[in-house]
Amino acid sequence: MIRITFFLCLVGLLAAPNAKAASSNYPLEDAEVDLGDKASLYRGAQTFMDSCASCHGAKMMRFGRIGDDLGLTDEQLAVLMPDESTKPGDVIETNMPPEYAERVFGIVPPDLTLTARVNGGDWLYTYLVSFYEDPDTLWGVNNAVFPLVSMPHVLAAEQGVKQPVYETEGEGEDAKRRLVGLESPERPGTLTEEEFEQKMRDLTAFMVYMSEPAALLRAHYGPYVLAFLLIFTLVMYLLKKEYWRDIKH
Amino acid sequence: MIKGLGKWVDDRLPVSHFWNAHLAKYYVPHNFNFWYYFGSLLLVVFVLQIVTGIWLTMSYKPSAENAFASVEYIMRDVEWGWLLRYMHSTGASFFFIAVYLHIFRGMMYGSYKKPRELIWIFGVLILLVLMAEAFMGYLLPWGQMSFWGAQVIISLFSSVPVIGPDLALWIRGDYVISDVTLNRFFALHVIALPLVLLFLIGGHIMALHEVGSNNPDGVEIKEHKDSSGKPVDGIPFHPYYTVKDLFGLGVFMFIFAAVLFYWPDGGGLFLEHPNFTPANPLQTPEHIAPVWYFAPHYAILRAVPDKFFGVLAMTLAILILFVLPWIDRNRTRSIRYRSTAFKVNLFAFAAAFIGLGYLGTQAPTALGTLASQLLSAVYFGFFVAVFFISRRERTQPVPERLQ
Repeated sequence: MIRITFFLCLVGLLAAPNAKAASSNYPLEDAEVDLGDKASLYRGAQTFMDSCASCHGAKMMRFGRIGDDLGLTDEQLAVLMPDESTKPGDVIETNMPPEYAERVFGIVPPDLTLTARVNGGDWLYTYLVSFYEDPDTLWGVNNAVFPLVSMPHVLAAEQGVKQPVYETEGEGEDAKRRLVGLESPERPGTLTEEEFEQKMRDLTAFMVYMSEPAALLRAHYGPYVLAFLLIFTLVMYLLKKEYWRDIKH
Repeated sequence: MIKGLGKWVDDRLPVSHFWNAHLAKYYVPHNFNFWYYFGSLLLVVFVLQIVTGIWLTMSYKPSAENAFASVEYIMRDVEWGWLLRYMHSTGASFFFIAVYLHIFRGMMYGSYKKPRELIWIFGVLILLVLMAEAFMGYLLPWGQMSFWGAQVIISLFSSVPVIGPDLALWIRGDYVISDVTLNRFFALHVIALPLVLLFLIGGHIMALHEVGSNNPDGVEIKEHKDSSGKPVDGIPFHPYYTVKDLFGLGVFMFIFAAVLFYWPDGGGLFLEHPNFTPANPLQTPEHIAPVWYFAPHYAILRAVPDKFFGVLAMTLAILILFVLPWIDRNRTRSIRYRSTAFKVNLFAFAAAFIGLGYLGTQAPTALGTLASQLLSAVYFGFFVAVFFISRRERTQPVPERLQ
């Protein structure tokens, strides 16, 4: 009886859903991040340098580390570096002066090194694909998972601008519109929907990697450590059995 | 020659005496079960925390300006720094998992009862210092949850009548959590409290080895000795329990490593996601949640509408453990021979503790607060019920010898 009760308590504890802060209730899509896919990470790194790094820094990420972790040649790594004077030990910094950013966007674009770690890959991916048209905002776009975000839709030319689907709640003066979904852009972008989504998956994968480069090392060493501990435990079990043979229960 | 050297040392230092008294000729009951692994495991985790802590200290910078970046520096640029940091952070959570199970073991088998009251008191003191140690350590990464968690908890002290505000100011050394607070918490976390813990653990073990271990039957093995004075139901700790505990250690380390390598965040429970944002005194997070091991106490705090009485209830929730040996008036130790009323009471207590732990991590809701109040009542009700149940409890006969 005692054992069963304890077991049930344990199961209940593990099954308890983990609270996750979310600023909107918009359903998140699965980012399908695969850190083992180095080509995807490299494509994501290029997208990051081309489209994000002009405004955002990633001041805890060194170029050399990306090169080592993704197994890049010097030429492949040079593609990611902003100019020829960049050294492998340098971190990803933006050229945008903070005062300028403050004047144009109202805020200094945040450092992106750890963004994926704070919000999770699924949130990040959904954020990247969920900009939609909203004439009431400064940039004419809004975001489904980050309402009233200060960032413009940087990739509008590639994705096009999605159209919002609203539902009205309440009546008369209390009526509120609520975003319930997004429709394909009226004018398509230069990429097909699949191409764009793949590009954002790559970018998300890179940012997940960037938020914790050690994840690759964890995945690498994990099996060896667990295998050793398994053998150690087995040997100790046999040793214990041997020693305890003369103890009567 | 080695033997000669050994004798030379032994004539001058009681090495073999210590070895015999605490291991080779320290007799313990032969019927320890699963619950008896956690004592030695806790010792290992304690050493693990000290060792990884020392190496982390080599690269960590205790200043508001550099702390957050230095932790990321450890995670990225220091060789094996990520492993040290994850061992330390996962170790903190596993420390509490093991401590809570260890305490529950004591409650199930009545290990707090005469003559082991002092062991229990040392244990509760260890729990208290461990909580302070963990709380101060949590400030060091200087993330949003570090900062705001500490802000919330320290501000609780300001609700103490008369001296409250000055007390909170004295603890912080500033009007808000600041560089000064971080620096002193660092000093307390790496030196002061570990030293205190070391002494308390020493006292805990010395007191234990003086009276001997309890066991799942709650039978005193010292009451039946053979002609040479050894307890008939006892076996020497070494080698029997050293090999058995090594097996237990293997299982524990396997689970520990599995979490460390594949789930170091613990789904946001071991490392809270918002804590990867640097501390920002100007931006209060939407929802400030304590780490899981403080969540039960936090839920009790929030269950009480008045701040000061909430603090009092939270403090009492731990302090009441000190008097458990005297609240429980029944002499039968093990749950195996106690009444159904006691069994129900104890499991209700454990369930309430887990339930409060869940509620403490959630954002407050009306229903959640009501549930917290109910479970807090069950938590404290346990002690009241034990007091009355144990008076005239109908227990089953306790066997003379181990079963």
